[in-house]
Amino acid sequence: MTQATPGTLKKTPLHARHRALGARMVEFGGWDMPVEYSGIVDEHMAVRTRGGLFDVSHMGEIEIAGADALKAVQHITSNDASRLAINQIQYSALTTPQGTFVDDVLTYRIADDHFMLVVNASNIVKDFHWIAAHVKEVGGDAAAVNTSSRYALIALQGPVAKDVLQSLTGVDLSAMKYYWFGTGEVAGVRVTISRTGYTGEDGFEVFVPPSAAERVWDAILQAGKSAGVIPAGLGARDTLRLEASMRLYGNDMDETTTVVEADLGWIVGWKKDEFLGHDVLKRQKAEGAPRKLVGFEMLERAIARHGYDAYIGGEKAGVVTSGTQTPFLKKAIGMAYLPTDRTAPGTEFEVDIRGRRLKAAVVPMPFYKRAK
Amino acid sequence: MSYPADFKYTKDHEWVKIDGANAKVGITDYAQKQLGDVVYLELPQVGRTLKKGEVFGTIESVKAVSELYSPVDGEVTEIHSDLVQHPETVNKDPHGSWMIAMKVTGGQDGLLDSGAYTDLTK
Repeated sequence: MTQATPGTLKKTPLHARHRALGARMVEFGGWDMPVEYSGIVDEHMAVRTRGGLFDVSHMGEIEIAGADALKAVQHITSNDASRLAINQIQYSALTTPQGTFVDDVLTYRIADDHFMLVVNASNIVKDFHWIAAHVKEVGGDAAAVNTSSRYALIALQGPVAKDVLQSLTGVDLSAMKYYWFGTGEVAGVRVTISRTGYTGEDGFEVFVPPSAAERVWDAILQAGKSAGVIPAGLGARDTLRLEASMRLYGNDMDETTTVVEADLGWIVGWKKDEFLGHDVLKRQKAEGAPRKLVGFEMLERAIARHGYDAYIGGEKAGVVTSGTQTPFLKKAIGMAYLPTDRTAPGTEFEVDIRGRRLKAAVVPMPFYKRAK
Repeated sequence: MSYPADFKYTKDHEWVKIDGANAKVGITDYAQKQLGDVVYLELPQVGRTLKKGEVFGTIESVKAVSELYSPVDGEVTEIHSDLVQHPETVNKDPHGSWMIAMKVTGGQDGLLDSGAYTDLTK
């Protein structure tokens, strides 16, 4: 077992709270983060049935502003940011000229000429350098700023999230649609609230000044106590996102996989004239990509994990990118890249699980979809 | 949770309860805490011969896979099949959740007593 070296790891403004709550801490993307408090299964079930509170302050924020900000965002991201109204959010990819992922991001439109990209923790420095260079390439009046240290980010997720957060804010959360955001106060602290998350449940992410992070965290936990809200760590966040079929950068896609291969064609603005990698993606859309990310279920009793090889007819045919035994569905599920002509639901293949080849079958995603 | 005085322990966090030539083997409370929620257990066939330190099975939590190491030399005489069906019991009662029973043929040197093991996990 590898011991973390906490001295060299970054800490979020809620680090002391995690210690006090008895969290088990792990290194994640250079940060000392809580992996679990009461246990992954307990926290996963709490989010599916009640509510869970996550510290995701390690996520990064990069803002792009200036008269030509839209032009810059359109150049560096795959989705069509011109379709965003002010206070609206979209899922998108920061793409290479090869159509692969520098990162996957959420694009927030703060004003006509001001955007914020929420990026993965382990990619903050890489993304910022990439964005700054490519924004400069577009020219005109636009500049990128890494504002990650200005925000703690707290996610309240689950069926009770809206009622619990509403008890602490004057912002009308019922009027806030999925993938929209607004500003206001939570527990007397000036914040940005967005109706987003990474769990497959309804929920909110609250951008808080770091100095007020503990105050907001404590207020939400206290307000949610009687409704069964508990703190939840990165372990449950991973099983929840996988059940909801949300991709994880570094596992399910990276700089070697294209947006089309990751089966995320819906985050490409196909009508856009230009963005980095658009020619590759348009060609793959028209002609088909050689491989595609699929969801699967194990047919034999075993758990497939990230990096295990997939076989078809005795030949290595692909690789598992994510896999676990899911607490809510109680099945061994995962995602894998397979040859595109072998990705129809029901297609059987084998996973090499520590030397044994065990049967799996392609299933439609998402594995889990909440009742509306 | 305290570590029973009539068990011996390994540095890999297995426990073994030796009764004459017979032994039962499981994992410690420390090990189950490190693993988190156990969801899968794979155990060897009855009759398999094991050397001390040899892998006899696999335990998986939601998050991770770990191998199980034999604390002594011997032959597997029984596997705990109820535990394979309900592996989450390992989290609730690690020191009551034996995994395999063995006929011990050697390798008992170097095992830790409960005091030494408690110190190891501090």
